[in-house]
Order: sequence, then structure tokens, then C-alpha cells
Amino acid sequence: MSEAQTMSATTAPTLQTTVPAGTRLAARLRRVARHLPHYLLLSVLAVLTVYPFWWTLVTALSTTGDVYSFPPPLLPSDPGLENFIEVFRTINLLAFFKNSILISAATVAGTLVICSLAAYPLARMQFPGRKWVFGAIIATMILPAEINFLVNFITVSRLQLADTVTGVVLPNLAGAIGIFLMKQAFEAVPGDLIDAARVDGANEWTIFWKIMLPLAKPALGALAILTMVTAWNQYIWPSVVMTSPDNFPLAVGVKYLSGAFSFKTRVVAAGAVLTILPILIVFLFTQRFFLRGFDGAVK
Amino acid sequence: MAQSRKATLTAYLFLAPAIALLLVFSFWPVGFGSYIAFTQYNLIEAPQWVGLDNFRELFGDELFLISLKNSALYLIVVPAIQVLAILLAVLVNNQLPGIKFFRAAYYLPVVTTVSVVGIIWNFMYNEDGALNAILRWLHMIDDPVGFLTDDRIALFAVMFVTIWRGLGWYMVLYLAGLQAISQDVYEAATLDGANAWQKFWRITVPLLLPTILLCSVMSVLAAVKAFEEVQIMTQGGPFQSTYTALYYAYEFGIKSLNFGRALAASLVMSGVCVVLAWLNFRYLQPKNP
Repeated sequence: MSEAQTMSATTAPTLQTTVPAGTRLAARLRRVARHLPHYLLLSVLAVLTVYPFWWTLVTALSTTGDVYSFPPPLLPSDPGLENFIEVFRTINLLAFFKNSILISAATVAGTLVICSLAAYPLARMQFPGRKWVFGAIIATMILPAEINFLVNFITVSRLQLADTVTGVVLPNLAGAIGIFLMKQAFEAVPGDLIDAARVDGANEWTIFWKIMLPLAKPALGALAILTMVTAWNQYIWPSVVMTSPDNFPLAVGVKYLSGAFSFKTRVVAAGAVLTILPILIVFLFTQRFFLRGFDGAVK
Repeated sequence: MAQSRKATLTAYLFLAPAIALLLVFSFWPVGFGSYIAFTQYNLIEAPQWVGLDNFRELFGDELFLISLKNSALYLIVVPAIQVLAILLAVLVNNQLPGIKFFRAAYYLPVVTTVSVVGIIWNFMYNEDGALNAILRWLHMIDDPVGFLTDDRIALFAVMFVTIWRGLGWYMVLYLAGLQAISQDVYEAATLDGANAWQKFWRITVPLLLPTILLCSVMSVLAAVKAFEEVQIMTQGGPFQSTYTALYYAYEFGIKSLNFGRALAASLVMSGVCVVLAWLNFRYLQPKNP
């Protein structure tokens, strides 16, 4: 709805739906033509962000020719999947893949459980210390989190969790942003529903489980996707915790590939493509969570 | 009374897992880390109190001073990101056909793992890579530029990757800020005969100030703590020209297990971050007329 507000006054989608398709296309083309300079600028900037990806994909798919040639090829020469097969032969990509899935799944599941559990009393219950607890949670966003990983490395080693999935996952579960997101979702649930449930003798757990969680599904979904992408992409922390290469997630494993086989540019490129492909697919299908997720957040 | 005590207990039972995790992994690091900064600690023997020794060594270490200087230099990315992200946000804040494609294209680097970003930019920056090829073709250079191997350029090359990687994220924040501005204000200005330029400077920028504040604080802190790009692309080199303060802490902590020195460096960085965040709030806070 906020997007509709920003539309230029000359276009009215409600009118367009009543005219025949051919005219509609013409109108659309006219609009595109009128905004040609705008599109030109948009495209130049898009080339800046997309071209490096495209180059990598083309290189990964090419099987012949120089890796670096000028002008850089826009399409692969002799396209084939040999480089990708080579990646599988060189590193244990399937194991990395499995580790990534394990870490991401555990992070998502744990985050959803812990953040929604914590958010419910903060949103819907009155108890002493409520403001303090919430303040402390928000304060963790301001604490120098990048510095945490030094001490967390010590803690994880002490807890005998080094080189384990638990060690990678545990510090990430109680994120302030997740708690905040779920708190807002729970606050939006009508109070009458809860009162009615209380009258019927439901306890807090039943209310949480049977009313709150089902009604907060969209927020849970959004949090799940955001957490998944973050967990899949994290690099420093797993590379610190995981010491045996068999336990590396993809993001760490691909770096290993590029270190050991830096001379095989095409293979490294194929490894990079394979690493981002799953998350790219997730992103393309759930774009709105990323690109519109902040509507209303900044006021 | 018993009822309310039970309610309190219930509330804290719900909160218990989150509180436990935050205590261990968010608050403990700050406390224990501050203590370790004044000790000698290698993870094996018990920490030994050494007072201010770590800090004295730190400021006597030329490498740390270089790191601080590089971290300060890194702040150049802050204004660059704001200008570019606002430009992107204004460009994609409309309903033109295909605009969703462009939004996705600008956001693509944000959802890419940093290790792959490093690999891709190593390709781009290669002596025979695309960037050198294009610069040669434009006759801007004769010999290839060693983007990551020339100590005068490497830091800026790494900084560019930081901008490239973060732009889409800030664009989305600015987009949300733009969409929160009421169209009535623009319409009123149009009636008063304001042109697009005037509307941008007199309406968009002032009303966007809260978002600019948020984004500049975030990007200042991110710039001071720049680390991943360095760890992946240059490991501090060539000739220590891309050492940043947090990379220094990482090298001394995780790599050399000299946690006292590493956490002293981290503590200094935390102090710098707090001061910079405060300065931002002090000078960018929207002033009420």
C-alpha cells in the first residue's frame, strides 16, 4: 500500500484493467520509453552488482578457452558441467552441503522456539522485571557483538563444543531481533481471544501453543527465512568453531577449495556457484521478506 | 499473591532459555572479555593479572597503530554508502515495470556468503581479471593494477567490496524510510512550484534524517569493525596494509591464542565504537525547529 502511494500520479492501475490487453501493452511500453534515462541509470548500477556473479557463472560453465580474456565473455564457451563435477571430485562437497543444511535447520528450529517462547511473556504478561529483561535483550544489539566471538570461542572450547554443530548454533539462537519480531507479532493478536481462552480455563502454555503460535505463522515464516539465510551464509564463526574439514559448512568449505586449488579458476568458480545456488533460489522465491520486510519498521 | 507468584514463575519459565543463552553468549563475553584484557591468557593456563601491560604493548606495537589507522581510513565507506544507497532507494522507489528485478539485483550481494564474495572479487581484481581488462580497454592504465597486491591500493579495493556487499541492505532501509514519507508533502510542494531538485533537498533529505542517522550509525560501526573481507581477501597483506583493528584482534586471539592482547584490542575497539555512535547521535539527530 505504501508502494501505491509513491506511484506517479499519471498511472492508475484500476483504469488499466478495463482496457484491452493490446492497449495495455502499448501503455506499458510508452511508460518504459518515457522513463528511459531512469532505466539506463538503473541498468548501469545493476551491471555493477550483477556482473561479478555473471562472470563467475560463465567461467564455471565454460570448458575451453582462456579464463581471463578480453573482452570478458558474456556467454560460456563450450558450456558443460565438467567444472562442477571436478568440484565434487576435489572436495567433499556433499558433506559440506549436509553440514550447511544441518547447521541452518538447527539454527532455524532453535531460533523459532527460543525467540517465540521469550517473546510471549514480554508481549502478553505482566510480571516484575519485565522492562529490565526486555531492556537487557535490546541492549545485546548495542553490545560489541563482533568482540563476543573471541570469548565465545573460549566458552565453546570449555564446554567441549568445539568442532560440533551445537557449538556453531548455540550462540546464535537467542537473537534480539527475533525476539523483537515475535513480540510484535504476539502484540497484534486481539486481546479478546486470550481473555476468552482464559475464561475457558486455558493456561498460559495452552494460549501460547494453541492461539499465539498459529496466529503468528507469518512472522514465524519471515523469521525462519531470515534466520536460514543468515545461518547458511555465516562464515567466520563456523570457521572458528569447526576444526576438522569434514565438519565444514559450504561457506567455509568453498574457501578451502579456493585456497588449495587457486590455480583452477574454473573449478573454484563452479564451487562458488554451487555454494550460493541454494540460497539464491530461496531468495528469489521469498524476495518480499528481504526487500519489503522493513515496511513499517522505520517510522 | 500466590497466583501472581505463579504467573511470574510462568513468565520466567518462558524466558529461561533465551535469558540463559544471552547470559552465556552475550553478557559473559563483555564481562569476562574485559577482565581477560588485563591478564595474560592462552586458553590453557589460568589467566594471570598483568594490569595495563596489554594496553601498553598494544600502543607500543606499530602493527596495532597501523590497524587503527586503517580502521579510521575505512570510515570513507560510510558517506559513500549513504550517497549510493539513497540514490538506489530513490531510483527503485516507484512502480515502473521491472522495478522488482532491479531491487533484487541490488540486493543480491547481501544474500551472498562473504567467502563467495571474496572469491568473486579475487577474480575481478586479478591482474588479468575483468577490472584490469576494462581499465586497459578504456586506456586508463597501461600496466595491470595489483588491486590486492599493491599495498597502496589493497585497502581501498577491500573497502570497495564492503560497499558493494552492503549497499543493498542500506537501500532497503532507505526504501522503507522513503515510503514512510507522506505523498501530501510532495503534492503541496508541487503546487507551490518546487522542482524535483528542491523537493529532494527540502523534503526528502530532511524527512529521511532519522533513517540516515540509523544507517550511518550502522555503517560506522560496521566500518570500524571491518574484518571478514580482510580475513578472506588479503589476510592483512600486502605488507600489513589491510590490517584492521578487529583483524588484529582475530590474529592475536584465535590464531596466536594471545587472548589478553586480543581482548585488549577488542576493548579499545569497543570504546571507539561507543564514542563514534555517540557522536553520530549527537550531530545527526534531527533538530526540531
